[in-house]
Amino acid sequence: MWEQILAVIVKGVIIILILMGAAAYMTFLERVIMARMQLRLGPNRVGPLGLLQPIADGIKLLTKESFMPARVEIFTYWLAPAISLMTAFMAFVLIPFGDTITLWGHSVSLRIADVNGGFVWLLAFSSLAVYGIVLAGWSSNSRYSLLGGLRATAQMISYEIPMGLSLLTIALATGTLSLPEIVNAQQQHWLLWTNPLSFIIYLVTAFAETNRAPFDLPEAEHELTAGYQTEYGGLKFAIFFMAEYINILAVSAIAVTLFLGGWHGPWNIPILWFVVKVAFFVFLFIWVRATMARFRYDQLMSFGWKVLLPLALLNLLVTAYLVLV
Amino acid sequence: MKETIVKVSSVLTGLWIVLKHAFRKPTTIRYPEERRRLPERSRGRHYLTKWSDGLERCVGCELCAIVCPSQAIYVKPAENDPKAPNSRGERYASDFQINMLRCIYCGYCEEACPTGAIILSSEYELSAFSREDLIFTKDKLTEKKPGDSGRDPAREI
Repeated sequence: MWEQILAVIVKGVIIILILMGAAAYMTFLERVIMARMQLRLGPNRVGPLGLLQPIADGIKLLTKESFMPARVEIFTYWLAPAISLMTAFMAFVLIPFGDTITLWGHSVSLRIADVNGGFVWLLAFSSLAVYGIVLAGWSSNSRYSLLGGLRATAQMISYEIPMGLSLLTIALATGTLSLPEIVNAQQQHWLLWTNPLSFIIYLVTAFAETNRAPFDLPEAEHELTAGYQTEYGGLKFAIFFMAEYINILAVSAIAVTLFLGGWHGPWNIPILWFVVKVAFFVFLFIWVRATMARFRYDQLMSFGWKVLLPLALLNLLVTAYLVLV
Repeated sequence: MKETIVKVSSVLTGLWIVLKHAFRKPTTIRYPEERRRLPERSRGRHYLTKWSDGLERCVGCELCAIVCPSQAIYVKPAENDPKAPNSRGERYASDFQINMLRCIYCGYCEEACPTGAIILSSEYELSAFSREDLIFTKDKLTEKKPGDSGRDPAREI
């Protein structure tokens, strides 16, 4: 009992530390890759190849003045970044990073919790993520923030449904809601090949869920300054930023787990294949951001409700038919 | 349907083009370490040149100060001592100042100069900690040895 609790705590701390570091270096990676795609060099001054840039940024954000606009809802204002970060972390409680391995005589399973209904938990927490953004927008007492928060609500609700529907096809195809079992069901072939449409719909909605380009309307800098995070600075801003990047990691990890066969790959190296696949998705996110322009609000809405939703429904029906027959 | 295919394929083409650009050489350079080659006739800071025998070319005619559209040049002429002349003419510039903050690098002074004394080199890194430091005086403007500015000291103009 105590050993199990200790193991969970140790695993949790390790994962949080890795995710924080990964989020910091994703900002660096994003700047460098986007720069190269735009024929620039990107940050290359701090440390060799600019590798210490995220640390310098972190120190800068830590030492910034902590300001608060007039008449904010203080409690919510402080709570919102925490909600954002926490919901981003929550997905990683369930993601299986690998099979069971043996470390110093103990057998360690490379996941924090093995919940048999893990699937539902994932969907629940990806829906909760919007609260951080909406509350930030509401409590900041600023027009930009409020508009950003409202946009986030509309966008998240519109894209949550196709996302859930597209993920349901996975549950139908594998007949289980437990993530490790779904991964194990992909040993022969990835679910990407049997459910390609689900994958595409999930990918599009993942971009919308993480508020990334081309769906970054809640923080559209041309119209809304910085959207819901306009009135945040210093460490609170850093937490929002980190939440965004950990969210990207989370949706990438979910995509890898559900569609790309999780940790499975040649030679059975633990974790490595998982990391490689997630890294590919991270690159995809950056790549798409460097390519695409932002959607207009009405385009975003009509795309979500008139294209993705019918497509996802049809996809679900066809999958259900194929599973039944 | 056809429209949808066109839209999707245009998105994919866009992604491909962006990916291709990632493997091109960046246009940006690491500035203080690397420097871009400037065009031959680009205009930067001024020099007051000398003849190859070390005499100053400037004869203190003040044409450059007159032609200067931003009134950045101040010339104070003085009579040459016949025994130890500073220039080949009757007069020379005893003081010569250019306010680099006013100068617009148009090159009119170089065109107006009858002896080819004032020239614009291609050095563009002009910065200082005070405004006074950017008023270049004669000793700063005059080349130390003939030919230091990069112009042939034996040229006619």
